[in-house]
Amino acid sequence: MITITNIKRVGSEKTESVTIEGGLIKGWNLPTDQQGEGQVIDGQGGTVAPALIELHAHLREPGQTEKEDLSSGLAAAAAGGYGTVVSMPNTSPVVDDPAIVRSLIEKANSLGFARLRPAAALTKGQKGEELAELTYLKEAGAAMFTDDGRTNENARTLRLGLETAGSLGMVISVHAEDATLRADGVMNEGPVSEALGLPGNPAAAEAARVARDIEIVAGLHAQGVPARLHIQHLSTARALDLVRAAKAQGLPVTCEVCPHHLTLTDEALRSFDAIYKVAPPLRTQADADHLLEGLQDGSVDCLATDHAPHTRAEKERDLLDAPSGIAYIELAFPLMYTRFGETLGLERILDLMTAAPARVMGWDEPTLDAGAKADLVVLDLTTERPVNPAEFKSKAKFTPWAGETLKGWPVLTVVDGKVAYQR
Amino acid sequence: MGARPPHLLDFQDWTPERLGAILDNADTMLQVLDRPVKKVPALQGLTVCNAFFENSTRTRTSFELAARRMSADVLTFAAGASSVSKGESLRDTLEVLTSYKVDAYIVRHHAAGAAHLVARYSGKPVINAGDGRRAHPTQALLDAYTIRQEYGSLEGKKVAILGDVRHSRVARSNAELLPKLGAQVVLCGPTTLLPPGLAQMPGVTLTTDPREAVRGAHAVMALRLQRERMSGGFLGSLQEYADTYQVNDTLLKEAESGAIVLHPGPMNRDLEISSDAADGPQSRILKQVENGQAIRMSVLYHLLVGRN
Ligand SMILES: [Zn+2]
Repeated sequence: MITITNIKRVGSEKTESVTIEGGLIKGWNLPTDQQGEGQVIDGQGGTVAPALIELHAHLREPGQTEKEDLSSGLAAAAAGGYGTVVSMPNTSPVVDDPAIVRSLIEKANSLGFARLRPAAALTKGQKGEELAELTYLKEAGAAMFTDDGRTNENARTLRLGLETAGSLGMVISVHAEDATLRADGVMNEGPVSEALGLPGNPAAAEAARVARDIEIVAGLHAQGVPARLHIQHLSTARALDLVRAAKAQGLPVTCEVCPHHLTLTDEALRSFDAIYKVAPPLRTQADADHLLEGLQDGSVDCLATDHAPHTRAEKERDLLDAPSGIAYIELAFPLMYTRFGETLGLERILDLMTAAPARVMGWDEPTLDAGAKADLVVLDLTTERPVNPAEFKSKAKFTPWAGETLKGWPVLTVVDGKVAYQR
Repeated sequence: MGARPPHLLDFQDWTPERLGAILDNADTMLQVLDRPVKKVPALQGLTVCNAFFENSTRTRTSFELAARRMSADVLTFAAGASSVSKGESLRDTLEVLTSYKVDAYIVRHHAAGAAHLVARYSGKPVINAGDGRRAHPTQALLDAYTIRQEYGSLEGKKVAILGDVRHSRVARSNAELLPKLGAQVVLCGPTTLLPPGLAQMPGVTLTTDPREAVRGAHAVMALRLQRERMSGGFLGSLQEYADTYQVNDTLLKEAESGAIVLHPGPMNRDLEISSDAADGPQSRILKQVENGQAIRMSVLYHLLVGRN
């Protein structure tokens, strides 16, 4: 049994306490005799919310554990206030085998950090040719199917996958980027890429693929075939407009946006620092503004970080050779709250990082009511503190926001009624 | 003259006065090259590292000779010939080179921005000898110098640059440098090789019409066409390209009379440039090579001498 005292629920100024027992929320403001013999934790006046849910993280296990592993990645997630993480299957080997799904879940459970819900590959080896054994993967505990890291060039395979996953009640998420249009592009195509002499990746590479995928869903929908498509890390205004139109037609299409696409633009590449190399690339301020509007008007469903750790040596290569990805699961909430607390409001940001991802996945929406699962985070919304990569739990101890002063830091994360992180 | 920039990566931090000083100094260096003993002690005791992560015998030789003629010791690092290549970060490679007590780096790399990274990691003066599509500043300086030799100044001069602009660091560096010195630059090529984003550079215009590009030009530069661009789908055929964009005597009739012809080399004769134009009286292509050495001596002097 754990009791957390000295906390406030979102939207309330009242100082309260919550008692947790057996992995569930036992109740609020229980008299001391009902708090039992358990541990009492001072919430330091923080704001309590359901633990955050991450739909898109690369934890690199198995096979690339020099970049990250389950232990470092899930500890980082817990430090970032996350209770649940969906990991991407583009590991080595690829997560296309039920045995790998089971072993990942088992190992994660033994660690006691954030809960792992692995995504499995949509196609064998993520090669985009043959569907993986989706039924068995679901049985093993896969949370969804995706070939993220690859771009589903074969439209027919994606269609078959949507049919199969749909019949299983599962979501397919896609890295929507036409690889032939992207070609050798390493950053957003535009005046900045031309000035820097770097090969550009046009906005049309994303929009064209989103349009194609929406059409596939529309075709299935018209035939009454259930299919659920989730578009990952949307980065361009045009692609968002296509998603808007699809939603207006009632199509089962959802999308996520990453904080780095809201807070950074292609101008950052003028440093030639590969830390800013991501896929899809950082776009223009106009794109970022449009995505923010999408978060305000509900056409963007949720936030996800695309936490993508690499070794420092890999990121110290030149921009052509360095791999894509930023790792910042520990900063996502403070970054969003500091930059957009005024624009979006605390409650909207929290919704985008808790209930909204649950809705995308078709999971129960998290609550703090008595009887609910005890997954929660206590956030210090006032103390400002500089980002210090040396403190990161992630193996990727570098970030574009190093030294930047942020507020909204998680001070306590509880997962399944147990302390997964405490500052 | 403004602060002395610590590196020559591109021309962003360079004032027209500083650039003028490099060109003026090249006059002196040309005189050195005319002497029986072509060597001055200016860089005695200093070690210059030729760090070539991409092959280029011509540029490397030119820099190496320039450094030796200033009495510097030259350490040559060629990534291809070394065990240091794939997998190791640029930074790791540099740490090894730094342990050899290098005083300046001349960097050639296939990736845009690599010279900037060397500057950041090494803390020593860096001369960019060509990084991807980004910049090749000493080439642009020698082009500017060659034009200045002809006309005394770049003020009000029109320079037409024709060919594969998209993939050309020479085009980008010239488009950055020449307008700073008062010239007007027209970039010309087929649409697929002419990125519209470049029109935002000050003093630069784009056209797909070679006659319009060359009309009234004082200097006409043909860029080397990489044959592999064909497979990239950028061109219908090399013949189609040559028929439309080749710098030849017919096209040169549109230019100012006596306009000079430039080419960064090596040439694909009778592709981007006709032999008539390459070898004719208006050609300054061999002059460019000679000037290149003087310019590189001048740049080394400017960056390394009188520095604490
Ligand atoms: Zn992706």
